[in-house]
Amino acid sequence: MIEEVKQQLKKNAHTIRMDIIEQVHSAKSGHPGGSLSIADIVAYLYFVELNVDPKKPDWEDRDRFVLSKGHTCPAVYSALARRGFFDPAILPTFRHIGSILQGHPDMKHIPGIDMSSGSLGQGISAACGMALAAKKSGASYRVYTILGDGEIEEGQVWEAMMFAAHYKLDNLCIIVDYNGLQIDGPVSEVMNSAPIAEKARAFGLATFEMDGHDFDSIEKAFAAAKQVEGKPSLIVANTVKGKGVSFMENQVGWHGTAPNDEQYEQAMKELKEAAKCL
Amino acid sequence: MSLKEATRESYGKALVEFAEEYDLYVMDADLAAATKTGVFKKAYPDRFIECGIAEGNMMGVAAGMAASGKTVFASTFAMFAAGRAYEQVRNSIGYPHLNVKIGATHAGISVGEDGATHQCNEDIALMRTIPGMVVLNPADPVEARLCVKAAIEHKGPVYLRFGRMAVDTIFDEKYQFEIGKGVVLKDGKDVAIIATGLMVARALEAAELLKNEGIDAAVINMASIKPLDNDLVRKYAAQCRAIVTTEEHSIIGGLGSAVCELICEQGNCPVVRHGVEDRFGKSGPAPALLDLFELNAEGIAEKARYAVSLKK
Repeated sequence: MIEEVKQQLKKNAHTIRMDIIEQVHSAKSGHPGGSLSIADIVAYLYFVELNVDPKKPDWEDRDRFVLSKGHTCPAVYSALARRGFFDPAILPTFRHIGSILQGHPDMKHIPGIDMSSGSLGQGISAACGMALAAKKSGASYRVYTILGDGEIEEGQVWEAMMFAAHYKLDNLCIIVDYNGLQIDGPVSEVMNSAPIAEKARAFGLATFEMDGHDFDSIEKAFAAAKQVEGKPSLIVANTVKGKGVSFMENQVGWHGTAPNDEQYEQAMKELKEAAKCL
Repeated sequence: MSLKEATRESYGKALVEFAEEYDLYVMDADLAAATKTGVFKKAYPDRFIECGIAEGNMMGVAAGMAASGKTVFASTFAMFAAGRAYEQVRNSIGYPHLNVKIGATHAGISVGEDGATHQCNEDIALMRTIPGMVVLNPADPVEARLCVKAAIEHKGPVYLRFGRMAVDTIFDEKYQFEIGKGVVLKDGKDVAIIATGLMVARALEAAELLKNEGIDAAVINMASIKPLDNDLVRKYAAQCRAIVTTEEHSIIGGLGSAVCELICEQGNCPVVRHGVEDRFGKSGPAPALLDLFELNAEGIAEKARYAVSLKK
């Protein structure tokens, strides 16, 4: 990856992390852990990978993105705002009365949101429908969806994978945010979903792995997925839940808890310090 | 007038008929032979999407197709469309108000021999609680076809309820259907029988029975359960001062409940609900089951007599 692009992406991801903390703190609720773990992937998607146009959010031939793990929408709301879909000034209204920024993605009111999601396991099916619609229409757009590693415990996810492979949806790219933690504890203890790639391969998908915090690795995985013909692809993204805020990293308690004022100050201080190195 | 046909048959035929004019896609979950979407599959193989036995995923895929501009019919039995996939219908189709039509067949007791596991008497209740969902329950082959057309022309989610058992044609080619409108089939002054689905034909028979007893019953066909024709229901509440609702569905949550919810705010008009009591179905031939569950003219007439006795 070109060094300037990488530097810019790091800055974008960093802004997304600041926005996540800002939103969740302002809402006094939300899901910082899984939002922070996908910040780099979401930055890459919205600033490099996705063929979208903020001026025409409903453009027919745009690439689609479905956040199947809808609770981590602060990351996507930030990316959409910073990409120009709406004014970043409204980000702190997240989860507030009267705000378009609902607790989970709402396609009816948020420019750039392609599918309402949040009930786990459902977004991937909608993504399959979008990919199939492209095939039926002869359209060339691609569809991306991010799932949680806990989310894939839902049976519907595997129904959708069977469907995607059956219909050879090679325009569909599934990303599993493999941060290893879910609400009640480590995924391996709550309901072990591993090995993910092996299962997906058995379902007929092409699988890839990436370091979800390394832009070279992210770029390589997405590029490889794009080359696949005749089958959908699934990328296992190795990530750290809470990535970027020291006291949130790998802490199950930060799945769905907002930082208090003191924690907010500390998190923002850390992120501002980190920004100096970018 | 003599054609006897299950509304699921009419559904399959209508899909084929309207696919010429409209760019429809039809999905099924391994029941195309039974839901009669199989005839569409044969006529338009490129626009038919087999989803396998995975109804939850089918509803989500339908949502994604609709979000990409397609008009989609997702078909399976009422039990699995409204029951198993309730939450997918609510969150992936209802909440984003996507243009998905749910073609649910094998509703109610008249499924017959398959018995309780496949006899869905709760689907109207489930579907009408979803904001923005239109719920249609046609009475005969003519109305079933018109409901499919109305669903296509309506922008937004629609739940269509069809039956397995062949039913008589009661409407002629001049019959018109409109979402949100009930149709007065027979006027009357003593009691208004508001019927839906295959109970409409039985309600007309019940009105004949009642006539012989000196009770002048009005019969209203309410295929559009949501939106309900509030004006018409209110008008007949005022005119007859007694209402009987009849449906091949649980007396909890269906047409009867919808009418009660409206009329309880008006007062001075008893509403007696006729339908499947709070119990599960059973195996047996459909006509015999309908009698066993008193889903017949005499069952309606009995409720009508009771409704009349409550007046004053």
